[in-house]
Amino acid sequence: MAHVRRAYSKGTITREDEPMNKKPLETPSHPPDPTTWVDQHGDFLFRYALSRLGNRAVAEDFVQETFLAALRAGKSFSGRSTERTWFVGILKHKIVDHLRQQSRERPVSAVNSTEEMGADLFGKSGSWQVKPAHWPGDPEEVLEKKEFWEAFRHCLEDLPRRLRTVFSLREMDELPTDEVCEAMQVTPGNLGVLLYRARMGLRRCLEINWFDTQTEAS
Amino acid sequence: MLSCQEASYLVSESLDRKLRLWQRIKVRLHLLMCRLCSRFRKQTLFLRDAARYYLMGAEESETAVDIGLSPEARDRIKRSLQSDPS
Repeated sequence: MAHVRRAYSKGTITREDEPMNKKPLETPSHPPDPTTWVDQHGDFLFRYALSRLGNRAVAEDFVQETFLAALRAGKSFSGRSTERTWFVGILKHKIVDHLRQQSRERPVSAVNSTEEMGADLFGKSGSWQVKPAHWPGDPEEVLEKKEFWEAFRHCLEDLPRRLRTVFSLREMDELPTDEVCEAMQVTPGNLGVLLYRARMGLRRCLEINWFDTQTEAS
Repeated sequence: MLSCQEASYLVSESLDRKLRLWQRIKVRLHLLMCRLCSRFRKQTLFLRDAARYYLMGAEESETAVDIGLSPEARDRIKRSLQSDPS
């Protein structure tokens, strides 16, 4: 983790401490104005929820529930980023609960065995059928390109729902594997297969929709 | 000797759990000899980094994703916050 943060900390993408440093701390006794929350954090939380739930109406409800829960908890926060972290924490918790419940109601059909999976990507002898291509460009610079994120979002949305959810929980929320298993009601073995498929799918999609276009351009 | 299919699977697994010693050795040997699987490993690690920065990146003005709450939802949520009894 530490090396990841350092690796990209030079870029414009990192935002962590910024608002805190720029903005003088407000007095903690200042009563929170919940309606400003919606303008300040609403879109961010909505995107967060949407990327995990894949449905606008459901995502909107989760944003509303998050703010209401925050309001009821009745705390006030001094910095914008602390406030946001707090909201994300509440939202994440609600989403994981929701997914767990959903997986209980609709148990997952058995996942294919390791041998069967990715069969279309590999030849009979297990060698690459579709060879991973060289990805041009410096990773740090790639992560600062708007078009890259558009491709990334597109590819994420293109994944089958279950793969997208598993990938989001594991790689975006950084939940430990056992918690993802619990939320999705799958065995560790099944989770490994799902994550492998998600990574394979996303990798290939980005290759086609982003990196290949970069090679042609240069 | 691992096939590329097996090696790539173990590479993916290694991001989620600690592999057994013999698995690690086999993967490392395979990666030493296989350019494509080394590439795959690098790209999977990149995906992980990208995923962790996805929301942060989307939040920066330059990379802003044009998805947000609809005006109706925004109003509805504001109203619900104002009318919440607590």
